[in-house]
Formats: sequence, structure tokens, C-alpha cells
Amino acid sequence: MRIPCPHCGLRDVREFTYLGDAAPQRPDPNGADAVDRFNAYVYLRDNPAGAHGELWYHGAGCQAWLAVERDTRTHAIAGVRSYKAGA
Amino acid sequence: MHYSGWTLAWNALSGHKNWRPAWRDASPKASYDVVIIGGGGHGLATAHYLAKEHGITNVAVLEKNWIGSGNAGRNTTIIRSNYLLPGNERFYEWSMKLWEGLEQDLNYNTMVSQRGIINVYHSDTQRDAYARRGNAMRLHGAGGELLNREQLRALLPYLDYDNARFPIHGGLMQRRAGTARHDAVVWGYARAASDRGVDIVQNCEVTGIKIENDRASGVETTRGAIRAKKIGIVVAGNSSRLAAMAGLRLPIESHIMQAFVSEGVKPLIDHVITFGAGHFYISQSDKGGLVFGGDIDGYNSYAQRGNLPTVEDVCEGGVALMPVIGRLRIVRSWGGLVDMSMDGSPIIDRTPIDGLYLNAAWNYGGFKATPGSGWCFAHLIARDEPHLAASAFRLDRYFKGDVIDERGAGPQPNLH
Repeated sequence: MRIPCPHCGLRDVREFTYLGDAAPQRPDPNGADAVDRFNAYVYLRDNPAGAHGELWYHGAGCQAWLAVERDTRTHAIAGVRSYKAGA
Repeated sequence: MHYSGWTLAWNALSGHKNWRPAWRDASPKASYDVVIIGGGGHGLATAHYLAKEHGITNVAVLEKNWIGSGNAGRNTTIIRSNYLLPGNERFYEWSMKLWEGLEQDLNYNTMVSQRGIINVYHSDTQRDAYARRGNAMRLHGAGGELLNREQLRALLPYLDYDNARFPIHGGLMQRRAGTARHDAVVWGYARAASDRGVDIVQNCEVTGIKIENDRASGVETTRGAIRAKKIGIVVAGNSSRLAAMAGLRLPIESHIMQAFVSEGVKPLIDHVITFGAGHFYISQSDKGGLVFGGDIDGYNSYAQRGNLPTVEDVCEGGVALMPVIGRLRIVRSWGGLVDMSMDGSPIIDRTPIDGLYLNAAWNYGGFKATPGSGWCFAHLIARDEPHLAASAFRLDRYFKGDVIDERGAGPQPNLH
């Protein structure tokens, strides 16, 4: 598997570190249902068979976080963009 | 079909034309007391113990492919009970005890071979950690011996003891651990369950779970709708997909794990050996091939095939531990889907939906758990209460702070 890094070009997967699903967003700790939301944020995942938005860190390259759109059934990558938390 | 010296002789003399299938390949009925989704080792074991221990025989096991075609046929066949944490160790030790009596229980040769497992350690701190784990194992009756360097060298003379980076200081040994024949476990449970009236239905993929008044009432399948009073999901690798059919999200990611077998060689490795400085484990099959594996690839996957960096990593670990295997060729490698959970430990529990039960999250260690998992899941389904051995494997433990994190890695599935 190779990932087309927007900064470095097409690079081998061993240059990257995987974090996981990009969807979970840190909830408002002061919200009314903060405990339930934090439980879901930390522990629960959709884990789809198919298109999956996920975060990879290019540690052996540009050291940027990347948002990768990848098919978990084929490992085919549909898109990669630079990722910034909260952006 | 049952086997004996008499049936072997009779079939040999009649040209092997009269062997019959070991179990019934059933067509689904319209309704059952219990439907088990997933015809792997755990699902078939659940059906066997439901029938044998609880007298519930109106049971169907639904398998989307052929039985044992998933992880039951893709593992490295290791059985052991060498865990540290109480919630895990009491379960795996119960499973180990069931392994020890499995062939008598099933009247089937599952080739359980208690050849012993040795976890090699490479530093003083690692020795202390292994000594602690060995003590935990002994407290649970699993047995465990800490071997020093010379004791280990007498057993395994071919390891690289003076490796400059990872010198070998000794090992933790559990003599009762070993291997079993994975396919025979599937066939043995299938035959025992089928003989008691369980329907094993193959090529029957579940496409939906019917819920009426907050209670699971049946499944939609590629072979028609089936009603059931109770439904058990035992589909590690695809647990999230099945749970999503009932509107549930799980603390699980599906990952790919690869395994390998070398060309056959004369008897070399008498035990199961694990490397302590990387992730590598190895044993030798009765056919002579070395069966080994290591880390998961580390990203979400449903592909049942992995990537080359992991192959390289596993082989580097193997050659660092025992350079003697460096010239062997790998003849096969394959990938299986594993449920990696948020604490690296399994789930055997009710779900928030009445009548729907979940057996999942076996991470990369499901094979050794097969008998215990089936036993405890059958107990849960039959009595609606957890079996003591699996009472820590609750679905809500993540939210209550009762996680069973053997490795101390936190809620990051690819690190367990």
C-alpha cells in the first residue's frame, strides 16, 4: 500500500503511522450529555466495510497529519488531504 | 459418521466409496429457539454446548460461506492460558481445561498437543514482568515456570542467545499450552452439534436483524427469513457490520492479521516460542512447516490480505530470534480479519436489545478461546446470565472504567 502524500508525493505505507477513524470529534465537556458523548468519542466506532475517512501521520516525511479516504475492502485510496484538527 | 478401526478397514476394503459426511448440511427451517450467526469454531462450539450442557437443540448455526472458512481456518493454532489480569486469566484457564478434555467430549481427534509455550525474555525488567505474569498464572492453576538462560538453552539450543541488541536471558514456560488442529476443531464441534439436532446452514448470509418491540425476533438471510427467540452474533472480524444491522455501534475496529507457513523441514521446533523483543511467534506443524506470525498490519481493513511491510517485520523478528530459519522459504501467507477492541480483550454479553447476544472482540487470540467462548456464550444465551469465567467480558465495561487492558495501551485498537 502506498499513500499519495499531498506534500511528498506517492510514498510507501511504512513511512506513515495510523491513528484511526477521522470522524470522532471531541465533544463539549460542558454539554448536558458530555459523559455519554465522551464515551462514544473515546470508544465507539462505525468501523465500516467500504469508504473510511481516517488519519495518518507522515512521520518519515513531511510530519503532517493527513486525512485519507480509503476503501477498507480493497485498500484503494480515493483521496488525501492535509488535516488540521478543528478545521 | 463416526470413525473406528472397523470403519477404516471396511471402507478401505470397499474402495473408500462409502464414507459419509460427518455432519448434516441442513436447509434452514422457518423458526428456531436459538439462531447462532457465524459458523466458525466459536459459533459451532456455542451450538454444541447449548445442546449438550443446556438441552437446547432447536438451534441453527448460520454461516455465510462454508464452516471454518474465516478465522477458524486462518489462525496459527496456538492454545495457551498465560495471561496476567484476573478477568482474562480465569477465562483462558477454563478454556485450557476444556481443551484438555475436548477429544473425549467430542469423540473426535482434534490433535491437541500440549507441547508447551515459551515466552522469551531479553532484559532484567522483562524477566520481572514475566515472573509476575507467571505468578498470576500459578494463582489461577494454569502453571508457569520461569526458566533462566541455561535452562532455556538446554531446551532451545538454536536461539540467538548472544544477539548484540536483544540478548536472551531466559523464558516463561507454560507446559500445558501447545497447539491443536484448527480444522478438526471445527469439524468435531460441527459433528457433535449436528448429532444432537443442531442445523448447520452454510451459504446463508445474514442481511438483516428483525427487531419488534425492542426485542430481536429473527433474521433476514440470503436463504429467506428465519424467526428466532434468541439470536447470538459470533462473527469476529465482521462484528461491527452485524451489530450495525441492529443499530448498535461497538468499541471495535476490524484489522488484518497475517500468518505464514514455511516449506516443510524435519522436526526442529518442539514447542511454541514467542520473541520478547518484537512480535513474533512460531511452532512447527505435524507436516513439518513452520507456522508463524506477528503484528497486525495496523489499519482498518476488511480485505483478508495484508501488506509487505508487516511480512518484512515478522520475518525480521523471526531471524533475530532464531537465525537458523533464515534460509527457509515461505510457501504460503494469508490474512484474516480480527476484531480489535478498545482494551484488547473480548466481549461476551447481552446487548441493549432483548434476545440479542454478542460474542466478539477476540483481537488476535480467538483460536485458543474456542471451547471457553462457546461454553460461556451458551451459558449466557441459555440462562440469561454471564458465566463466572467470562463475567468480566461485559459490553459496558468501557463506559464504567472496568477495561481489561493486558498491554496497558489505552483505547487505541491497533496497539493491543
